[in-house]
Amino acid sequence: MTTSSVATEAAAVAAPVFSPKDFKSSLKPIWCPGCGDFGVLQGIYRALAAIGRPSHEIAFISGIGCSSRIPGYTTAYGFNSVHGRALPIAQGLKLANPDLLVLVAGGDGDGFSIGGGHVAHAIRRNQDLTYLVMDNQIYGLTKGQLSPTSRKGLHTVTSAYGSLENPVNPLMYVMGYGAAFVAQGTPADIPGLAAMIEEAIRFPGFAFVNIQSPCVTYGEPDQQIKVHKKVMKRLEDLGHDSSDRVQAFDRAQSYGSELLTGVFFRDPDPPPTYGSLIRARKQELMASAPRREDILDMFVQD
Amino acid sequence: MQVFDSGNVAAATSVKLARVQVVAAYPITPQTPLTEKLSQYVDSQVMDAEYVAVESEHSAMAVCIGASSAGARAFTATSSHGLLYMAEQLHWTAGARLPMVMCVVNRAVGAPFSIWNDQQDSISQRDCGWIQLYASDHQEILDTVIKAYRLSERICIPVMVCYDGYYLSHTYMPYRVPEQSAVDAFLPPYTYRHTLGPEKPTSLNTVTLPGGRTDIHGNFAPGYMELRESLDSEMKKAVAIYSEIDAEYLDIAGRGGDPIVQCYLCDDAEYVAVALGSMGRQLHDVADGLREEGIKIGVLSLAMFRPFPADILRAQLSGRKALIVFEKAFSPGQSGALRSELQAALYGEASQPELFNYILGLGGRSYSSVDFRSSIIESIQRKPGETGRCEEIGWIGLGR
Repeated sequence: MTTSSVATEAAAVAAPVFSPKDFKSSLKPIWCPGCGDFGVLQGIYRALAAIGRPSHEIAFISGIGCSSRIPGYTTAYGFNSVHGRALPIAQGLKLANPDLLVLVAGGDGDGFSIGGGHVAHAIRRNQDLTYLVMDNQIYGLTKGQLSPTSRKGLHTVTSAYGSLENPVNPLMYVMGYGAAFVAQGTPADIPGLAAMIEEAIRFPGFAFVNIQSPCVTYGEPDQQIKVHKKVMKRLEDLGHDSSDRVQAFDRAQSYGSELLTGVFFRDPDPPPTYGSLIRARKQELMASAPRREDILDMFVQD
Repeated sequence: MQVFDSGNVAAATSVKLARVQVVAAYPITPQTPLTEKLSQYVDSQVMDAEYVAVESEHSAMAVCIGASSAGARAFTATSSHGLLYMAEQLHWTAGARLPMVMCVVNRAVGAPFSIWNDQQDSISQRDCGWIQLYASDHQEILDTVIKAYRLSERICIPVMVCYDGYYLSHTYMPYRVPEQSAVDAFLPPYTYRHTLGPEKPTSLNTVTLPGGRTDIHGNFAPGYMELRESLDSEMKKAVAIYSEIDAEYLDIAGRGGDPIVQCYLCDDAEYVAVALGSMGRQLHDVADGLREEGIKIGVLSLAMFRPFPADILRAQLSGRKALIVFEKAFSPGQSGALRSELQAALYGEASQPELFNYILGLGGRSYSSVDFRSSIIESIQRKPGETGRCEEIGWIGLGR
């Protein structure tokens, strides 16, 4: 951590200033050279530096998969959990320590197949979590099997016949359940991705960022960073209104045929978070609760 | 035909030979190459089957439950957390008395996260009502899967065929593949007495009352407890039935004859090393070496853990001086499950051997023949009566 050296008023303590490298752990990533997750990691470092909270106030929860190694490459508290269970673990953690900044990471398999059932409930519970899905449309860690976002007809080692199933559209999926912040990025645009992650973290409530992070080893040729750079279109350049849920739904349908990046939907009137509702309920109960002495009096006969 | 390939391919080959009709699987190391091979077989139409690349192991077993209920021969395979994620469905499959075979490619269970071999996954599911068979080499994997379908369909109880991850799944060994015609003669097409179908609409496994009652025809309808008792009594018959099936398989394949336990140098053995899975093979070499030193030791490889073949084990092991039980799984707070069950089986016998229990290989911790040898020497050098405490464990390779 670097600390501002600017002299401040006598008694005041300088606010810490962070650089991306403050969030980089000494562990060297073991991803394949050229993996999109390297760029995602850079985006996360930059976003965390911009947020400006120290590592010990951040918890990073993941499931199982190549992308789920990511917490170990940061200086935040990390938790490499069970396949598909990152979201419920993160929810428990946030409940126990609401002051922590909680990030959740995983792949498309973790988020939309084995753990798919949790996404809906994390959204409707609306705890203040940021969920980053590194969507590579393949199972990379186990060497190239069909994933829930693999395109229809894809030949993989578990779909030698060509997949007969339609892929999940992660953007539509989360918006269908009412997610209040939905974005999509790519490591082909690290500054844009970093800004998007920062915005997701700052959003009060559950925020979802789908990151099309190419698998360099098992991914399709048209799903690589070089291609992303050519074909990606920024939503802001398209005149997209991210406060318009219907427009967001409309553009989200392009998943799989176009690579649109940016914030699809940001609820202009964010719903209350689960944490805020708990606090409000506690206050309400406390306000109407009889005093201890009064309760004891109820049991005392004159 | 003799081939040289991996244990996972041996398993896939046996599934193909068994003419399985529905495969539903989710990838998990070290099982993955097995199901990948099946996907290739389906694609190339070597197998006339449906392959469903499901979203989780829980769904894999659920798809197999549906397929088996509708009269199809179903197969899945998994490892470690995949098996544990299936746990709810495992109990259901057994309770519903659905014939099915699943390969469990043994792997350690987290936390902490480990992808390496031990047998904690399948041993922890010993009480879910599935028959558990353990293979000790590639040939046994292939033969056991085929025989397991006969057994499962005969007594309507699902069967796990377990084999050690990496030691067997990823290593290459020569093995013989029977002719398809021979397997077809041995394993006729699957017919299930209670198949769901439009000809005879029925509801399966509805809420069952605690007590038995008369049905609409005035007959006594078993309640939950009767059905559970039936699962137990029918499963216990599997020991004898599997031996019969194995004898038939011997006729068609020329292999078999010792389907429940495989004894090596046991005839005059004062000491017997007991193990499940691939450890049995390794112990043969250890026993050979110790025999040269004049130590009368044999090896008993247990190929069936559920039902627990207590009669056979009593007959083989009573009267020995000591048993040295090697296990790659254990029950924290007690000991290895195999040791506990052996001790229970031998309780009350006139001549009970001393029992020594060694736990090894957890989370893939390496072990060698030297470890086996020194553990056996250590055990037989102890004075009579020094052991017998069921909770005593010798840990092999701890701290290295």
